[in-house]
Amino acid sequence: MLLGKRTWNFPNKPVIISTGTVGGPLEKEGKIPDAFDVLYDENWLEQNSFEQAQQVLLEEAIDQAIKKSSIQEEQVEFFLGGDLINQITPTTFAINSKDFGYMGLFNACATSTEGLALAAHMVDSNAANFVLTGTSSHNAATERQYRYPTEYGSQKPPTAQWTVTGAGCALVAKQGTGPVITSATIGKVVDMGMTDPFNMGGAMAPAAVDTIMTHLKERNVPPSYYDLIITGDLGKVGREASLELLNQKGIHISQDKFIDCGLSIYKNDQPVLAGGSGAACSTVGIYGHFLQKIIKGKVNRILAVATGALHSPLTVQQKGTIPCIAHAVSIESGSGLS
Amino acid sequence: MAKEKNQRKSPDETQYQAIQQEKEIKRPIIQNCIKAFFVGGLICLIGQVITTFYIYFFDFTEQTAGNPTVATIIFITMLLTGFGLYDKIGQFSGAGSAVPVTGFGNSVISSAIEHRTEGFILGVGANMFKLAGPVIVYGVFAAFVIAIIKTILMKWMGL
Repeated sequence: MLLGKRTWNFPNKPVIISTGTVGGPLEKEGKIPDAFDVLYDENWLEQNSFEQAQQVLLEEAIDQAIKKSSIQEEQVEFFLGGDLINQITPTTFAINSKDFGYMGLFNACATSTEGLALAAHMVDSNAANFVLTGTSSHNAATERQYRYPTEYGSQKPPTAQWTVTGAGCALVAKQGTGPVITSATIGKVVDMGMTDPFNMGGAMAPAAVDTIMTHLKERNVPPSYYDLIITGDLGKVGREASLELLNQKGIHISQDKFIDCGLSIYKNDQPVLAGGSGAACSTVGIYGHFLQKIIKGKVNRILAVATGALHSPLTVQQKGTIPCIAHAVSIESGSGLS
Repeated sequence: MAKEKNQRKSPDETQYQAIQQEKEIKRPIIQNCIKAFFVGGLICLIGQVITTFYIYFFDFTEQTAGNPTVATIIFITMLLTGFGLYDKIGQFSGAGSAVPVTGFGNSVISSAIEHRTEGFILGVGANMFKLAGPVIVYGVFAAFVIAIIKTILMKWMGL
């Protein structure tokens, strides 16, 4: 059901019946190793290329999500997902042995909530019974495509972020035990003329703010309705800027309720500069860590807002700006949880 | 249309960019300069030690010891790059490890390693000088311009 212009309300409350999350070596040493079902000790995952390693990450996340649920792989009807690599090949290659209907998505690091919103919409409107949605990213594969060779000794500024090596999947169903998805707001492209590819958080902050404001207005709830508002990968710079912007627009969210996945995954002494980023950042943060908080009854309602920067290395070299987007999904404690 | 959009900034953009200017974590420039000075200096000191070593223990003069020194330094860089250490040194020292010949070596070696997955011809061969290529192109061009200036001044103007 459409609320306002860009918000979907889900009266049938689709359930996230299981999730699968996978991480790499730096994530293993990070702040929340418990958020991952599987952790790898090295970046290659015994593959010949980093792109193939990323594919394995997603395959493992899919397998984990199915294994942890009560359904069989054959019952899954659709897969919605994407990643950051050209033509989203890691996702496609991970799916090509599966019998799922597949829709490839690209909204950079906002793909996770884009997929979750669409999955919820499909299940809510009876277009599907079981939908898998997931994203993946690999630090070395992303570095190599967007920046320099992984071993190149360039100095990154303190505003730069570290791409998370990992993958996450959520299985959305009509019924079952797990947190429920109550609404979603689809973001619009926001371009504030930012051009620095080493400050993505700063570029993405206005998109996150636009989506949060639209969501609260169209759903007609105050920010305090949510126990936590969780952004994807704004990092230190973007989080500060978003809070400032929200304050200016008269929306006051307290510091401890405005959490960023990019600042939740790594310890402060790890070399990640302004925080984590990448398509897997919001996915593992939300599916692996914050959904667990709902399941354990620590929080009741969260608003997950994954943010994405929609530039390419080519547009940056051609002096283009960095257009950004954010999609919000509200997840609440619900079906079958104590 | 796209061109027009790029040229004009909306008030929202100007206002947000001002917020960003304020919130952005600044590069610690002075600290970076000091680190670059010492690491760059250390690399040069190692180079000098190697040069002296070649002069004293082998049959090299001060003029001819340069080439084997550069080769040795680049070989060490290759090992450091291959073992994944040079990028960490680079993050610490910035220009200190980028400006000496080791930085040039690292840019070639890291590209070669990176593109190994695409094969030896179109991968390694085609991409090896992706980062170092501009240095060669503009280095040669700058040498050409300087040589012309030198010729004009010395041969024709008799300086």
